[in-house]
Amino acid sequence: MKRQVPLMLVFTLALVMIIQYFVPNDLSLDTNEFLLKWIIIIGVFAMALGIWSLIRVSYEKIKRRVPGWQYPIATLLGLAAMIIFGFDYGRHFSTAEGLNNPMFLKFFLYIIIPIQSTMFALLAFYIASAAYRAFRARSALATLLLLAALIVMLRFNPYLGIFGQYLERTTSWLLNVPNLAAKRAIIIGIGLGSVATALKVMLGIERAYMGKD
Amino acid sequence: MKFKIWAVCCLAILGMISSGMAQENADTANRATTASISPPAPPGNLEPKDTPDDNGHSITLGWSLSPDDGAGNKSVLGYKIFRSTNRDTGFVERGVSPSGSKEYVDMGGAIPEENDYMPNDTDYYYKLRAVTSDSTVYSETGVIGPTQTTGEWFNRGRTLVLVFVLIFAMVTVFFIRKARSGAELFVRRLAGIEAVDEAIGRATEMGKPILYVLGLGTASDIATIASFSILGRVAKKIAEYQTGLIVPCYDAIVMTVAQETVRTAFLDAGRPDAYNEDMVYYVTSNQFGYVAAVNGTMLRQMPATNIYMGTFFAESLLLAETGALAGSVQIAGTDQVAQIPFFVVACDYTLIGEELYAASAYLSREPILLGSLKAQDYGKAAVIALSIIGIIAAQFNWTWLVELFKSAN
Repeated sequence: MKRQVPLMLVFTLALVMIIQYFVPNDLSLDTNEFLLKWIIIIGVFAMALGIWSLIRVSYEKIKRRVPGWQYPIATLLGLAAMIIFGFDYGRHFSTAEGLNNPMFLKFFLYIIIPIQSTMFALLAFYIASAAYRAFRARSALATLLLLAALIVMLRFNPYLGIFGQYLERTTSWLLNVPNLAAKRAIIIGIGLGSVATALKVMLGIERAYMGKD
Repeated sequence: MKFKIWAVCCLAILGMISSGMAQENADTANRATTASISPPAPPGNLEPKDTPDDNGHSITLGWSLSPDDGAGNKSVLGYKIFRSTNRDTGFVERGVSPSGSKEYVDMGGAIPEENDYMPNDTDYYYKLRAVTSDSTVYSETGVIGPTQTTGEWFNRGRTLVLVFVLIFAMVTVFFIRKARSGAELFVRRLAGIEAVDEAIGRATEMGKPILYVLGLGTASDIATIASFSILGRVAKKIAEYQTGLIVPCYDAIVMTVAQETVRTAFLDAGRPDAYNEDMVYYVTSNQFGYVAAVNGTMLRQMPATNIYMGTFFAESLLLAETGALAGSVQIAGTDQVAQIPFFVVACDYTLIGEELYAASAYLSREPILLGSLKAQDYGKAAVIALSIIGIIAAQFNWTWLVELFKSAN
């Protein structure tokens, strides 16, 4: 019974969502909205579990003095600071007001945003190192990839004159014919795979996500 | 010297007077032009219709252009749409359509509390005004109506999708039943999945853990659901080999489901004692914060194997390159086409596209799951056949096939 009830719930709700996709009227849209709200509600409760998990794992690392145990201290301090400033208990004790708290904003604008930008900026260097490895002409196919990449990159060179126009045309062909064909083949495969997986979940064939009793 | 100053002053005054006169002349000319606009001929055949395949609250208007729109005296600048629930009074402007346009969709709100609320099953009347550069010079159609809006019970634009889904579902169920009856189903080799066993063995020998990254998707994303299934199979093998497992999560719901999945896998492997809830933990729902945490874990704990399965965005390369620098064996699979090249470059094995969805079946070797893979293969064969038919149809200018797919939305 413990197995059947969740499986019936999955099947029924999946069927409702499928029907909803084909029925455009108000009742159908309201049902969709109602179910999406449930995801948000569950997400809020799960967030409490998530924060608890983060605190527990961080605390364990500090307690056992694992390598890099200092980092969880920064994590916990940051978490506590953002919660305290975010609630802005001094004035309104509300999260909406807390988002405008000067200290919350300072932490967000001058610590979180620059750190995020730094991480994102690292991508440029990682692309360069990945490209170096990808474009080594070790085989015929790798050489082909190298040539294609050279053409695509060289088209941005402003000093190539008429030759640049040929590169532009070749690039368009490369991007719009072989590249797009391969991309579409992958997308079609993904689409079919998604439907098959959804069916397996709906019919209860695939239930690894469900846990045991 | 004095003469020069006088001369300059006189010239300046003359200049001012002449420029003032010129401005006056221009104004006069403009007034003359404005005054010369005659009312344009009105647009014709105004036809309001309920917008098809929607939840109602919307009317699509069609008309034929005013003879003075782009032709005649070319005075029409656009069309103003007016609506009322009364034939004689209360017309309110709903929008403006530029000259040359022949259609306008009057969309209202579906929520009664909103100002723009446009209830269904109500009579609506419309008139159309051809406007010119002078707001007082225009021409109007007569009042047309009533027209009602209705919410539909079926979106006809999705008929083709429904047909394909039904056929595909039937084929899938057919192969699942066939597999249940014991039929042998051949499945091609998937190098990336076969490497999982090897990678777990390597981690066991090295005494290092395996890092499993579920990506940035939510628990309702189909790629994440597929990833849960793979995690279950991988965790079962890990439990059998008694290797360490680290699963840092981006989403709290994903974390909860992943914890259950891993717990079940350890239970199935007969090693519930080896399960530790802290194997699966929440990190943050901030994309680059998550990357920083996972990269830090990779560099500190040096996992023997990194497995990336699910939905990934810009973080794919940041994660995979760090893993490559740490010397881990890396296996990746994602449904995000743009991220596949990054994984191909930085990982040892990459599952491309639908291979991500096939991985769970391949790992488990359960006949029922393998049956659905067969259906996917037949689906792909059908798409290839349709593509060939499409190419042939295009050569002979048979537009029916293109029109068939165009109608889908």
